[in-house]
Amino acid sequence: MDQNSLHRAGNKALRIVHGIGLFLAMLVICLPGIWIVLSSLRPTVEIMAKPPVWIPQQLSLDAYVAMFSGVGKGGIPVLDYFRNSLIISVTSTLIAIAIGMAGGYAFARYRFHAKSAMFLGLMLTRTVPGIALSLPLFFVFARLGIIDTHFGLILVYVALNVPFTIWLIDGFFRQVPKDLAEAAQIDGCTRWQAFWQVEFPLAGPGIASAGIFAFLTSWNEFALASQLTRSINSKTLPVGLLDYTAEFTIDWRGMCALAVVMVIPALTLTFIVQKHLVGGLTSGAVKG
Amino acid sequence: MATVSLKNLTKSYGPVAVVHGIDLEVADREFIALVGPSGCGKSTTLRMIAGLEAISDGVIEIGGRMVNDLPPRSRNISMVFQSYALYPHMTVRENLGFSLKIAGAAKEEMDRRVAEASGILGLDQLLDRRPSQLSGGQRQRVAMGRAIVRDPDVFLFDEPLSNLDAKLRTQMRTEIKKLHAKVKSTVIYVTHDQVEAMTLADRIVIMRDGFIEQVGTPDEVFRRPQTRFVAGFIGSPPMNLHEAVVDDGQLLFASGEKLPLPSQFKANVETGDKVVFGLRPDDIYPTGHGISSGEDVDVHQVELPVTVTEPLGNETLVFAEFNGSDWVSRMLNPKPLKAGDRVKMSLDLSQAHLFSAETGKTLRG
Repeated sequence: MDQNSLHRAGNKALRIVHGIGLFLAMLVICLPGIWIVLSSLRPTVEIMAKPPVWIPQQLSLDAYVAMFSGVGKGGIPVLDYFRNSLIISVTSTLIAIAIGMAGGYAFARYRFHAKSAMFLGLMLTRTVPGIALSLPLFFVFARLGIIDTHFGLILVYVALNVPFTIWLIDGFFRQVPKDLAEAAQIDGCTRWQAFWQVEFPLAGPGIASAGIFAFLTSWNEFALASQLTRSINSKTLPVGLLDYTAEFTIDWRGMCALAVVMVIPALTLTFIVQKHLVGGLTSGAVKG
Repeated sequence: MATVSLKNLTKSYGPVAVVHGIDLEVADREFIALVGPSGCGKSTTLRMIAGLEAISDGVIEIGGRMVNDLPPRSRNISMVFQSYALYPHMTVRENLGFSLKIAGAAKEEMDRRVAEASGILGLDQLLDRRPSQLSGGQRQRVAMGRAIVRDPDVFLFDEPLSNLDAKLRTQMRTEIKKLHAKVKSTVIYVTHDQVEAMTLADRIVIMRDGFIEQVGTPDEVFRRPQTRFVAGFIGSPPMNLHEAVVDDGQLLFASGEKLPLPSQFKANVETGDKVVFGLRPDDIYPTGHGISSGEDVDVHQVELPVTVTEPLGNETLVFAEFNGSDWVSRMLNPKPLKAGDRVKMSLDLSQAHLFSAETGKTLRG
């Protein structure tokens, strides 16, 4: 074999190994998801079987039907939970994004006293595990009478998300050249107009990704929500999963079905927004 | 169109002053170039005129109106940035029309003015592209178009050509000059490139460390530099500048070599004065290969060893050793020379410059 064909064979082998590696990685990532979907469709006997039944023998939508049947027929108030989750996640995300935009812009553009200390402080709040806060939060919220309210959870999720959105959005505003806002001001914009007309559209993808992260955090959060909610007034979908646990039994099939129901909106939203997460939108703004 | 007037314009960042109370009057429709090395305060001055930088003291007037505290949008200026600062999310058409859109102009008016500007700059074919799909030169033109559309009182250019390659830079330089001839507006142009300043400007302002060193026409700053700094900054290749001591009608250099004191300075110096002697490469040339300045020729001849030659085709730069360092000379109608050759050089002392070694000011009467 000459050197050229040797290299060609080598490259081909490398591609195959690369493909197998990727497949294995994706398998590890996707298997739990697939398992949840499968488990929601198969009878409990099969779910609990040892050794596991890899290929489902019989599939049915019973769990989904039961879920939406009324209380007493194996149903849970999915729609109430869904509504609570939606209200809490959307509102807290919007607020977190608004604060994150203001904060991120300030950190990216202005010089002020104790800037880096403040930034570090914001980041340090992320080092505290959320669950450690649940007891103090419970006491405070109990005193304030905001246990089991939308407001209470929104407050918690905004606080949870703001440091992160500020950090992320700050990075995106830093990528928008300062010259652009100045050019806009010379072109007749006020500071405020320059922001909305030029800087905001350019940082848009970053703000959208911050939005997705904030939304998913709120949508999936369980630990704090399980402490601070009590009834269908405010219980969110992750907390609703607990409805499938009884004193001695756990309805794994029902729980998996609810998990699938939970995942669908999050997945849809991510798909819609990810199109807009195109980086490099600012290319061509300055030199090049 | 309008005049611009800077009075005692000062900028400090905390205790650090970067522009030290400069005064400048720019006439209506004049093309002024602010030139100087980086950090001389020229860009800061421009940004203060634009309103992008608050001023610490002094007065800025545009068209006789004080604009010290007006925001950029109220000054009726437009600016071309070094980075072009095109809005990447808008097409060329939207970029050009942006200022009109903000001002709430009617659609027809907007279309007409965008078409006018794109006509002047040859952008007609590019109107629906985005900045990322344009070449450097095209982006540059869009940036200028955006400035024209506003029909401003004053155009401000902040090193607009420094991101272009050498060939394009020369080409755009010519376009800017043509543009100024067409739109006839007041222009303040910042550059660190003295060739740009010389070729474009009606008058040049040479700045250094936040002070104005000299204001004058390209001819004035080239032929009559007021300071040693200006002499060294303007002209390419730069002027040969060497310290000497006046010694009984002669200039005594550190190496012990001597040159006769140019007659035009005789009245202004005395024996013992420390001076800086300056001679442009055009005024020192291998005998028979230079341009004679015509009248008042005061040519001194010395034989010098050649160290390096740089042939440029129509001329050759000859580096010859005198006073322990290389002096650049311009040889027209060049003949082949090589390092080590001893060449008879003509020094046209009627064109020489003399500056005080202490103050750096010219000693011309």
